[in-house]
Amino acid sequence: MKDRSLVQIALYAAIFAMLGLLPRFDLPFAGGVPITAQSMGAMLAGVMLGAWRGALAIVLLLFVVALGAPLLAGGRGGLGVFFSPSVGFIFGWIAVAFVAGWIMQALRTAPVFPSALVAAVIGGILVMYAFGIAGMSLVGGLAPLDAAKACLIFIPGDTIKAVLVALIAQTVARGMPEALLSRNA
Amino acid sequence: MISLYLPGRTWLHRMPAGWKLLALALVSLAITPVDSVAVMTGLVVAVLALYASLGRAALAQIALLRPLWMLFVILLALHWWSGDVLFGVLVVLRIVAMVLLANAVTMTTRMDAMMDAVEPLLMPLRLFGVAPRRVALAVAMMIRLIPLLFALWEALNESYRARSGRRGGWRLLAPFCIQTLRLSHNTAEALAARGGAPRGGHR
Repeated sequence: MKDRSLVQIALYAAIFAMLGLLPRFDLPFAGGVPITAQSMGAMLAGVMLGAWRGALAIVLLLFVVALGAPLLAGGRGGLGVFFSPSVGFIFGWIAVAFVAGWIMQALRTAPVFPSALVAAVIGGILVMYAFGIAGMSLVGGLAPLDAAKACLIFIPGDTIKAVLVALIAQTVARGMPEALLSRNA
Repeated sequence: MISLYLPGRTWLHRMPAGWKLLALALVSLAITPVDSVAVMTGLVVAVLALYASLGRAALAQIALLRPLWMLFVILLALHWWSGDVLFGVLVVLRIVAMVLLANAVTMTTRMDAMMDAVEPLLMPLRLFGVAPRRVALAVAMMIRLIPLLFALWEALNESYRARSGRRGGWRLLAPFCIQTLRLSHNTAEALAARGGAPRGGHR
């Protein structure tokens, strides 16, 4: 692994942390659904860095959170978060980044915006909810179907985030193409 | 440094970090098969007593549960709906006990002590040519980058406001990403100029 990759991994872990510490975004069309920007960080890491580096960025973040830094949305952190019902989402972020990055690499010849959108939707919604629902039903003792119902309210927000991630990827591809590592690895 | 660590000199502070982590792992394994509300209530009371023994500042940290109450309500409602409220109560008690217990470890262990305690667990990474010190470097870099990123965001927000009179919000994300990538490029060059990050193999 090159030094540059190491820095990029640290950078995306830091961006992920920062998205959780930012005040909520003023998205006008979200319809009152609670939106934290944080889960965007996982899609972003995958889409920008590719599968392995993206997943490692999330692993690094979770490692620092476990060491005791309050870097998750709302200032949560420490070992406690790994015992809460949202633990499925937390570990799911690793898979989100990996899958999003992998799709981005697989579609490397396609235009940036649509492939980033596909990567963000499949990774950030399908994969994330598969993990999140599994976590809710394991820790919360719910039937998977009930757990799925409890998660539904977040879907509109996550769709918006996937679109944002695709827009960012396209802007970066235009402004600084060599930075889209998932495309030129 | 940002951390959930609570400075103090209690008995739990003095216990080695490795032991605390081991105890936490053992308790979490031991209570998984427990399905008695009475036993679980006893555990929650025991954890609360543990907090009380750590003093007033520790007790105030129980407020960390506040972001979870909405989830507890949803969990109880779903369990009530499927006809087993008692099981719902058990689940909520288990989550409360484990989250509080895990936080007790975090709050009484400094981050560097925690890092030292888990370093032996990173040793297998050497097999893949990753030096544990590289991990430590990545952790340090990430923690240092967070305040830098905030400053960068503030600067972008200020200039957007100067141009438009409004807050930038999500519009800043793309320029922000490009700026941070430039920052990471410079960091990587600075790192290379100083001989690069530690490699795998011997220290």
